[in-house]
Amino acid sequence: MEKRNYTVTAETGIHARPATLLVQTASKYNSDITLEYKGKSVNLKSIMGVMSLGVGQGAEVTISAEGADETEAIEGIEQTIKNEGMAE
Amino acid sequence: MASQVSGIAASDGIAQAKAYLLVEPDLSFEKKTISDVDSEVARLQAAIDTAKEELANIRSIAAESLGEEEAQVFDAHTMVLSDPDLIEQTNTVIKDEKVNAEVAFQKTSDMFITMFEGMEDNPYMQERAADIRDVRKRVISHLLGVKLPTPATIDEEVIIIAEDLTPSDTAQLNKEFVKAFVTNIGGRTSHSAIMARSLEIPAIVGTNNITELVSEGDFLVVDGMEGDVFVNPSEDTKKAYSNKAEEFASLKLEWERLKDEKSVTKDGKHVELAANIGTPKDLNGVVENGGEAVGLYRTEFLYMDSKELPTEDEQYTAYKAVLEGMGGKPVVVRTMDIGGDKELPYLELPNEMNPFLGYRAIRVSLDQDEIFRTQLRALLRASVHGTLRIMFPMIATLPEFRSAKAILEEEKAKLVEAGTEVSNDIQVGIMIEIPAAAVLADQFAKEVDFFSIGTNDLIQYTMAADRMNERVSYLYQPYNPSILRLIKNVIDAAHKEGKWAGMCGEMAGDQIAVPILLGLGLDEFSMSATSILKTRSLLTELDSTEMKELSEKALNECTSAEEVIKLVEQYTAK
Repeated sequence: MEKRNYTVTAETGIHARPATLLVQTASKYNSDITLEYKGKSVNLKSIMGVMSLGVGQGAEVTISAEGADETEAIEGIEQTIKNEGMAE
Repeated sequence: MASQVSGIAASDGIAQAKAYLLVEPDLSFEKKTISDVDSEVARLQAAIDTAKEELANIRSIAAESLGEEEAQVFDAHTMVLSDPDLIEQTNTVIKDEKVNAEVAFQKTSDMFITMFEGMEDNPYMQERAADIRDVRKRVISHLLGVKLPTPATIDEEVIIIAEDLTPSDTAQLNKEFVKAFVTNIGGRTSHSAIMARSLEIPAIVGTNNITELVSEGDFLVVDGMEGDVFVNPSEDTKKAYSNKAEEFASLKLEWERLKDEKSVTKDGKHVELAANIGTPKDLNGVVENGGEAVGLYRTEFLYMDSKELPTEDEQYTAYKAVLEGMGGKPVVVRTMDIGGDKELPYLELPNEMNPFLGYRAIRVSLDQDEIFRTQLRALLRASVHGTLRIMFPMIATLPEFRSAKAILEEEKAKLVEAGTEVSNDIQVGIMIEIPAAAVLADQFAKEVDFFSIGTNDLIQYTMAADRMNERVSYLYQPYNPSILRLIKNVIDAAHKEGKWAGMCGEMAGDQIAVPILLGLGLDEFSMSATSILKTRSLLTELDSTEMKELSEKALNECTSAEEVIKLVEQYTAK
């Protein structure tokens, strides 16, 4: 399993456009991918799940991927996060 | 059988085509017990897949006919439909509870809707709840095998008949085929009316029951100027309206040519034709219609579209956008006009017996001056990005104006001291909407830089008649000689002190009023952006000396609004 921790820097947190982009990226991979925040974990391929977490600016989140393409998945998601300046 | 229906004329133009009823079908269903859960799960998946295909189709048509931005709402819908949580949870309900897919999908989608709607401090999430509702309708329609009207797939000329049109309905309309809208409810400022004007197709709203009177496929003639719909009309009627449509088309071409022209009368007198706006988004319309200025920027939308007081920076951003968008042309910003019929839940304004005669506009600003100061600082900071003019609403007395101006000067001095750049050329004026100010205009004119006459309120205050009250709305008379005399008093007072006078009510774009106002010497006419070219065209046909004579007669010889209308018709028919 691949796992990475981030601190959300986007002013709007993970809502709207950032959430959409993350879900779109995660959906490209076969691995199970989760987003964890405040002890709650949701499917990163589910837009409603991601938005229901209400992740705001400054939040500490963990993204994990498990499956055949977990390495590619975690890299791909990191790319999206960096390109959009969502988190570090 | 031929029949005629009337409503509120909401967008100009003539259209003739078949009716398309955009009416919601019956999507009710019953709860059933399912034995073969696998095929029920498959049935759900099939409905979702069909819905997705349909959405992809709608999206591409919408992107083409309405633009990428309008089309993005369907991406949100597709994303909801692709959501693994939503689908898996629905499947679980089908399997565990052995219920039909309709019931299961309703249940899981309800759960998400409740969750998002519960996020009350987050309007974005609440909109997502609306997306889920839209998507649910589509999936359930496929499950039931009921045809949801999908206007995006219309491929012949039609006139849309509906109870009302929502943004997601209009996003699906292909302008190439949609020739007009006719709706049961709504007014000139409802979404369907605004959309029709921006699409430049005729619209009639507020017909009450057009959806009951018209059947799919009936042939309709729609006259958006008069607000008339003819159902299955005679050949003669069709012919007459074809002619009227041609006349209108050539008129529009003529107006189009005036877009980059100055607004001048037949005898070469220039007046300024400006636009009324509510948000920076409205600037497009101003530019496209050749507006020479913004004559009224109603800042209360900043307050009303928000769940709390807008911050100084939020306001600054909006004001800067408008000033820059006008590229140096003047922008008259009205400070917040809340109270009256415009309530703000977060301000807890008192309920009053007579809100229009109560605590509103400048009265609130002077009383709760922190809110006012925030707005003024935002305006002052934005002033370096264009030509800013500040206007105070609902001024009744000179001391009110002096207090408001003193607060403005204080904030300006503080900003300058702090090293913030502020324009030194900001005109400060008042809106004339209270008869007391109109009567004392000569005294005001010595201290203000300009007047802008707000006729909507000035007329109802002068006539003591609420224009929304049907029993007395006949007294809402823009052409009543009493109103015209007040207007003249204001314009003359301004000119005597070398100041300018404008008007920013509905009356400024009214084709009967414009000749009189021109005759009275009005300097600036501020109206809906879509009325500008029509008015510019009208001005080219008017002679200012003749209109002066007309206005004198209207003020002194006419004893009623009806007589004024007749007189104007005589003069402009020449």
